[in-house]
Amino acid sequence: MAAPLLAMRNVSKSFFGNEVLSGVDLDLRPGEVHALVGENGAGKSTLMKILAGVHEPDSGEIELGGEQVRFSHPSQAQVAGVAIIYQELTLLGERTVAENVFLGREPSRFGVIDRRKMETETTRLLEELGERSFTSRRLVRQLSVAQQQVVEIAKALVVDARVVVMDEPTASLADHEVELLYKLIHRLQARGIGVLYVSHRLREVFDLAQRVTVLKDGRLVSTTDTEAIDIPGLVRLMVGRDLESFFPPRESDIGDVLLEASGAGHRRLRDVDLRLHAGEIVGVAGLQGSGRTSLARALFGVEPFTTGEIRVDGRRTRITSPRRAIKAGLGYVTEDRKSEGLALRQQVRHNALLVAHALHRSAGVSVSELLTSVELTGGPDSASREVRFLSGGNQQKVVLAKWLAVRPRVLIFDEPTRGIDVGAKFAIYTLIRALSAQGVAILMISSELQELIGMADRILVMRDHRIVADLPGDSTEEAIMHAAVHEEAAP
Amino acid sequence: MNRSLVPVLGVLAVLLIAIAFVNPNFVDPPVFLAFLKRAAPLALLAAGQYFVIASGEFDLSVGSLITAEVVIAARLINGDADATWWVIVLLLVIGALTGLVNGTITTRFGVPSFIATLGMLLILEGAVFLWTDGAPRGALSDEFRMFGRNNVVGQIPWSVVILLLLGVGAVLLMRSDFGRTLMATGDNARAAALAGVRVSWVRTTAFILSGLSAAVAAVLLGGFGGVSAQVGRGMEFAAITAVVLGGVALGGGRGSVVGAMAGALTVESLFTLLNLLGVSGALEYAVQGLIIIAAVAFTSRRTDEHPRPGRGIRRGRAHHSVLK
Repeated sequence: MAAPLLAMRNVSKSFFGNEVLSGVDLDLRPGEVHALVGENGAGKSTLMKILAGVHEPDSGEIELGGEQVRFSHPSQAQVAGVAIIYQELTLLGERTVAENVFLGREPSRFGVIDRRKMETETTRLLEELGERSFTSRRLVRQLSVAQQQVVEIAKALVVDARVVVMDEPTASLADHEVELLYKLIHRLQARGIGVLYVSHRLREVFDLAQRVTVLKDGRLVSTTDTEAIDIPGLVRLMVGRDLESFFPPRESDIGDVLLEASGAGHRRLRDVDLRLHAGEIVGVAGLQGSGRTSLARALFGVEPFTTGEIRVDGRRTRITSPRRAIKAGLGYVTEDRKSEGLALRQQVRHNALLVAHALHRSAGVSVSELLTSVELTGGPDSASREVRFLSGGNQQKVVLAKWLAVRPRVLIFDEPTRGIDVGAKFAIYTLIRALSAQGVAILMISSELQELIGMADRILVMRDHRIVADLPGDSTEEAIMHAAVHEEAAP
Repeated sequence: MNRSLVPVLGVLAVLLIAIAFVNPNFVDPPVFLAFLKRAAPLALLAAGQYFVIASGEFDLSVGSLITAEVVIAARLINGDADATWWVIVLLLVIGALTGLVNGTITTRFGVPSFIATLGMLLILEGAVFLWTDGAPRGALSDEFRMFGRNNVVGQIPWSVVILLLLGVGAVLLMRSDFGRTLMATGDNARAAALAGVRVSWVRTTAFILSGLSAAVAAVLLGGFGGVSAQVGRGMEFAAITAVVLGGVALGGGRGSVVGAMAGALTVESLFTLLNLLGVSGALEYAVQGLIIIAAVAFTSRRTDEHPRPGRGIRRGRAHHSVLK
């Protein structure tokens, strides 16, 4: 067995007290494709960014070709021979292929950039990669995504990368382009380059990788030879975790239909049919990019549906803006509370009353009552503090207070507990339960399957911008994941 | 008291004491009131500019709007006392309309306000020049000039009373639903829109308020200084300097309207002091330039201690469509 090209040992990383990676080991052999899988938020991208020099690990070691390295800047990782190909390509559209390949290390002759050398070198690299569909002089913006990936890879070769990390490289590729990417990866392998392949698509993992590492909640679950495991087994490793007795019991009775969408759709979402009943908690599962957030934004009028119809309380309602949605009785707790949920430099009080102010409505209760009802902790003067000084959990409570002030009948939550600590999570779950007990209909989008199983009465699963399954709330994680990644799970 | 007011009030106090030191008469009520009277137009203009800056925009058009208003008033009144009242109403309407146009261009057509209002500045300046051939005609009536020139009772000038009333009005407005949504818009337009705030309308209203403040300032300046094609020149920069000096961060969502008006008094007292010290008036622009740079550097130093992720419009394509 070859000595590892790259070895990461016991790598840990915390952000603002949240541990996102804890004691992870990973190694990569020359010429190997090593897949890295896990649910959203498992720590894959943090691990990748540590390797890229974007983040420094809090502890742990990285060895590259037998030498210990420590990157505090992406350029150091690059020089050491680590190339990262991000999901979103980072090329300059208005420059030629050759200029992109040699960006930042242009060869010069007599102090002037040697274009001819750049172009012949690039042509040679493209030939090596089996690419003949475009020349080194083409502008990058004229290339397809797949062609741009080739340029990214050529860029990696020009610096003699030994390790190439690919983040969801097939996410925006057509089927025949995926084939070309596979060929390209085989060529990299043949040169002895190690490829770390991050993907949600388990089929590709088995097509390409020799070994697969599963991360969950920032911890290493296992590293296995792909020959020794199958797709269901891998799914179990990705989701399997004991259900903690974490979720407050449900107390509500399910009432009449409050929100109903039939045949609703727009540019990207198709055939949305859903019904939310008073007192019901409906979960929405799906991989990133499956259309979960689009669904929330369409229902809330941010990017309204263009077809089909929406009924609120049985009455046909046109929801063409958030303001109309709010007037119809909807509320939306966004995924990214800092950029969409809060005015960070305003006081807690003013954030909590923002929706009420916008609609010229009275909250009916005092600010302190409102904040008490969401269990905002943090001293008597907490109402006049600027929101940015609060912890993530308390910020989320302020967002919730903002909606409670106008007593919505339907509340949409997008990743309600992302980035908040365990105690605050429990408080949020309790609040969601309490709201549903009061007859509020709740749509809860989450990447944490456990959370959905623990909270929801039903779970809708989305894939490819459609709702593909409507599962009972006590479904297993395997059943949900199978529906979410159906294409791989099919025999 | 709002902590953002401390620096500006400190500087203002130092300047006032320095003026009193150089010119002991300054503490006499009539002299001090005359100072306030002189400062009133800029303070009102700063209050108007504050609304726009707090919402995350700029209004560069107010200086030439003032000039246009004074020139129009002189031409239409032409010494006829009976015309005074409807002309004042007309001036307010023109001010509000200019604001409406600025706001609409900025929020609906996605032209950054810096450009939209710069364009408006040039358009108004050109229109005034075309209409007057560079030499304004007509005259203001005494009734019109009363507001900028005379006293209400005893030694209390009209301008000071107007400043106080409108100043209190501005403070109350900022405490209303409108004020809260304005601050939220300037702080995070996406979050505001998702909370049901009509972001475009809030910003447009801010421009209208700024246009109205320019109209009132024009009435006061016309009365005080008389008719010329230069009367409003540079006032937009003086107002922005005042607002920034008042601790209001550019980019929106910070500071108070009281701070902006205190900033105007500070600018005016600095000019008074320089004048007393015999510094050439020609240096005023240069001094303003220094202040504005220093004040912005100071505020951004203070506010960057806690950088804000997601500031502004992350996924926005165009400036005006905060949600798409």
